[in-house]
Amino acid sequence: MCIFNIVKIEDLIEKLEEEFDDVEQGVLNPEFNIKDIEGWGSMHVLVVIALIDSEYDVLLSGSDLTNTETISDLFEVVQKKMIK
Amino acid sequence: MALFSVNNVKIKGISATVPEEVYSNKSYEWISKKERDMLIKMTGVNERHVAKFGMTTADLCESATEKLIEELNWAKEDIDVLIFVSQSRDYLIPATACILQNKLGLSNNCLAFDVNMGCSGYVYGLSIISGMMSSGQIKKGLLLVGDISTLNTSYNDKSTYPLFGDAGTCTALEYSNEAKMSFNLQTDGAGYEAIIIRDGGCRNYASKESFDKVKHAEGIERNRVQLELQGVDVFNFSLKEVKPNVSRILDEHGVQIDEVDYFVFHQANKLINESIRKKLRIPPEKVPYSLDRYGNTSLASIPLTIVSELKEKVSKGENKLLISGFGVGLSWGSTLIDLEDLVCPDIIEIKLN
Repeated sequence: MCIFNIVKIEDLIEKLEEEFDDVEQGVLNPEFNIKDIEGWGSMHVLVVIALIDSEYDVLLSGSDLTNTETISDLFEVVQKKMIK
Repeated sequence: MALFSVNNVKIKGISATVPEEVYSNKSYEWISKKERDMLIKMTGVNERHVAKFGMTTADLCESATEKLIEELNWAKEDIDVLIFVSQSRDYLIPATACILQNKLGLSNNCLAFDVNMGCSGYVYGLSIISGMMSSGQIKKGLLLVGDISTLNTSYNDKSTYPLFGDAGTCTALEYSNEAKMSFNLQTDGAGYEAIIIRDGGCRNYASKESFDKVKHAEGIERNRVQLELQGVDVFNFSLKEVKPNVSRILDEHGVQIDEVDYFVFHQANKLINESIRKKLRIPPEKVPYSLDRYGNTSLASIPLTIVSELKEKVSKGENKLLISGFGVGLSWGSTLIDLEDLVCPDIIEIKLN
């Protein structure tokens, strides 16, 4: 039911920028490696899982995020899980 | 499916005791200020009450129980069952409930035993004690739940140390013709390693090596008799399982969200609890938090939150509550309860004698 919410990667980028106080708007792009967010750690992982769950109703596993580098990768994982 | 109701048992009073000493997470210097600020924001835990070495969960529960019996004006000889639910018992042997029966001056005709459960322990404990009292032969009972979790966390483990607080509680139950409690209890032991203390039980006897501190990740160092918590696994479990469990019990009993006065969830951490609240579409005013001042107090968190946040509301009139515990085991469950003119003393703070 949420498939229409994420037709654009830009929406995901905007939501990630809103979520992390330290990330200024316009800094993130599809090729940005999310692990390069300053101070990236286990708490960031939980925040991203919570964000994706509440916005897209998709529950990512820890390994989904371990295997993800760029925002584009993350977008792809979310889309794949939405279709399932 | 463990979806069932127990008739004829009513909760008459709830009390809670915490150690006097308060630790603020603002002074947790093991991690940087930036990380600390993010941790406080994400977990919602500003400060917590911490027991000094020598104070046990039984001490906290004893204090809460004495106060509640006094306020209820119950005669101790009328109490026929005492159940102590905890993961921090006084001794490996014997059961702490037996020691408490004596300390509290209860009759030798009172049955007493321990149950080893964590975050889901209050809900499980209610199901056990109400089941025992439902036939009407036992009229008055005490459910003591609490944990001293801080004793088993490593200061050098940022994934556990700043989260937990200590508390002991007492819930007094009485046989009552019109009362009903409903339960939905679940288990998934495949996730037993998500929250674990590895050594010191019979599977892995404590040895010299059990006390060797090992670095597992940046900011995470502990030994094998200290609590280990796999944050992502626990988080995913909570997001996946709590909502359907709560929805199922509400559906089963034809209860709408707006018919429930308060939803009291185990105080895991703010990010988990708010995610669950939003998934269930519960308005924020129906979901109280005590996390900011008490932290995650394991299975005491539900009764502690009722006392600290809802005392004024539940002391007068009728209130329908949905309470839900989830965590170590993995084990989780929800209960629908009706409270009427609950006896609810102020939270007690005690120090080590």
